[in-house]
Amino acid sequence: MTSLASLSRALLFAACAAVSGVAVADATPSAPPAASTVAAPPAASTVAAPAAAAAAAPAPKCGDKGFECNKGDVSWMMVSTAFVLFMTVPGLALFYMGMVRTKNALSTTMQSFSIFCVVAVLWVLYGYSVAFTAGNPFFGSFDKLFMKGDDPTTAVAATFSKGIYLPDYVYCMFQLTFAAITVALICGGYAERFKFSAMIIFSILWFTFAYLPVAHMVWYWDGPDAYTDAKAGDIANSHAGFIFQKGALDFAGGTVVHINSGIAALVAAIMLGKRSGLGKTHMAPHSVTMTAIGTGMLWMGWFGFNAGSALEATGAAGLAFFNTLFGTAVAGCAWAITEWLLKGKPSLLGVCSGIVAGLVAITPAAGYVGPLGALITCAVAGVVCLIASTKVKAMLGYDDALDTFGVHCVGGIIGSLGTGIFVNPAFGGTGVYDYVANKVADFDAKAQIISQLWDIGITLAWSGSVAFVILLVLKFTIGIRASDDAQEEGLDLADHGEKAYNY
Amino acid sequence: MKLITAIIKPFKLDEVREALSEIGVAGITVTEVKGFGRQKGHTELYRGAEYVVDFLPKVKIEVAVDDDKVDGAVEAITKAAHTGKIGDGKVFITTLEQAIRIRTGETGKDAL
Repeated sequence: MTSLASLSRALLFAACAAVSGVAVADATPSAPPAASTVAAPPAASTVAAPAAAAAAAPAPKCGDKGFECNKGDVSWMMVSTAFVLFMTVPGLALFYMGMVRTKNALSTTMQSFSIFCVVAVLWVLYGYSVAFTAGNPFFGSFDKLFMKGDDPTTAVAATFSKGIYLPDYVYCMFQLTFAAITVALICGGYAERFKFSAMIIFSILWFTFAYLPVAHMVWYWDGPDAYTDAKAGDIANSHAGFIFQKGALDFAGGTVVHINSGIAALVAAIMLGKRSGLGKTHMAPHSVTMTAIGTGMLWMGWFGFNAGSALEATGAAGLAFFNTLFGTAVAGCAWAITEWLLKGKPSLLGVCSGIVAGLVAITPAAGYVGPLGALITCAVAGVVCLIASTKVKAMLGYDDALDTFGVHCVGGIIGSLGTGIFVNPAFGGTGVYDYVANKVADFDAKAQIISQLWDIGITLAWSGSVAFVILLVLKFTIGIRASDDAQEEGLDLADHGEKAYNY
Repeated sequence: MKLITAIIKPFKLDEVREALSEIGVAGITVTEVKGFGRQKGHTELYRGAEYVVDFLPKVKIEVAVDDDKVDGAVEAITKAAHTGKIGDGKVFITTLEQAIRIRTGETGKDAL
């Protein structure tokens, strides 16, 4: 950590990547506000100090003059955090439980709720530290275990604006909700057949060895204040996560959340095998209306997810908000129209699936692309995710029960590529901000696509391998698959001794 | 005495009950059932998965009546449950040997 701070904070080409800010602990000397920061008059005298003096400058603290956390930003981020909580508990839980059979409705709900609680505890114990402190390009450190050294009232995390910070405790909770929903998303792949005990162990291990490193690789950086000049920028960049260094853009988690969970869901679906009786017994969703309610909750919560990922209540948040509404609606239409053409009838489940596919696809792009980018990216996602969830699944024969792979992994890849193409200012995107020059950098279309491919490829390989190894070990130790008898009876009674409905 | 068993479309139940009340039938038993006849099932599509639903929901009503009321009851049921479309259902009539009212011990047509 100290290495991070003692480096003179020069500017560098920062950045490509943008997303999450780095958390700067109270105990850590860190960046002074940028000279140009208007909001920091009392600190201004230290601002222009030479590097040596800057290194000795006190750490930014929420409440210190010059490092004042903006009340609008802080309010927005706390509201956003609660929104993202609502996406999982109960949004995703209801979305999934409506799609399973009556006898598994409770256990499917239980998976989302219990994963959220378990991940939340682990996040505070070690997750936040491993994902969001400086370490190596793949993992952070243990410096902030259980919020160690973090003063509850003054510790701050960086945003995307120089001299603007968030309370670290707020940023930690915001990121917690992302970690939890990512692990919960995997449920869709293994629904109706994963033994509860093994499911919990799998979730803990996958969170630790896949989510944390991928989040670190994609999102960890030293924060904008580290980029004071080209040399300092180079140094700061060398501290950033591996994929961040590649220049990949992921605004709100197309990679970290959706590709990551989607590929793990596919591996889990294959390793667990098909649900017993698939193709022979009736496995229609027991309540599409419940799925529709969950879809609405997801869409609403996603405003916190995407617009909140701007980390400030700024124009970037506003753009993300716009795209989260507009792009999502496009994908809902695209899925339903395609279904209408192919099968003769549009379905409610189709509209709901399209909405989620659109939300997924717009996630990495939300704060980067304009209306044209959102329109094309989400229209493609609505059609391709439908094909992936129906034709491709049927052709390859895996039982991705609720289409986590087909919607989240495929949608995430489309979104990541769409981001790389439509962030281009020529297509109405925002371009990539250069924190050294303090302006939008010249856009290199080819380089950006290559960056996005690194992003997609590494996440697929890393998350898929981790999921495979965990499941292989569990399979030959405690066993992963619920017995045929348990599946016949339903996991509600077999694993939890209760039923979703008593009437 | 006869036992009339009728399989009808669920949404026709109220009309059938009213028609039977009008001709003085004192009680019926209703059961939700599933089955197939000439109407056959239908297909449901959920994302890619196609399900053929072979058994359709119907309502089964059972009415015990004295011999002189059988024709009236059958006519009431068939009229009230009629839509003219396939799947309207069927009526079966069987001979009933005995009927007993549990509360009073009455038997035969007094128990109906």
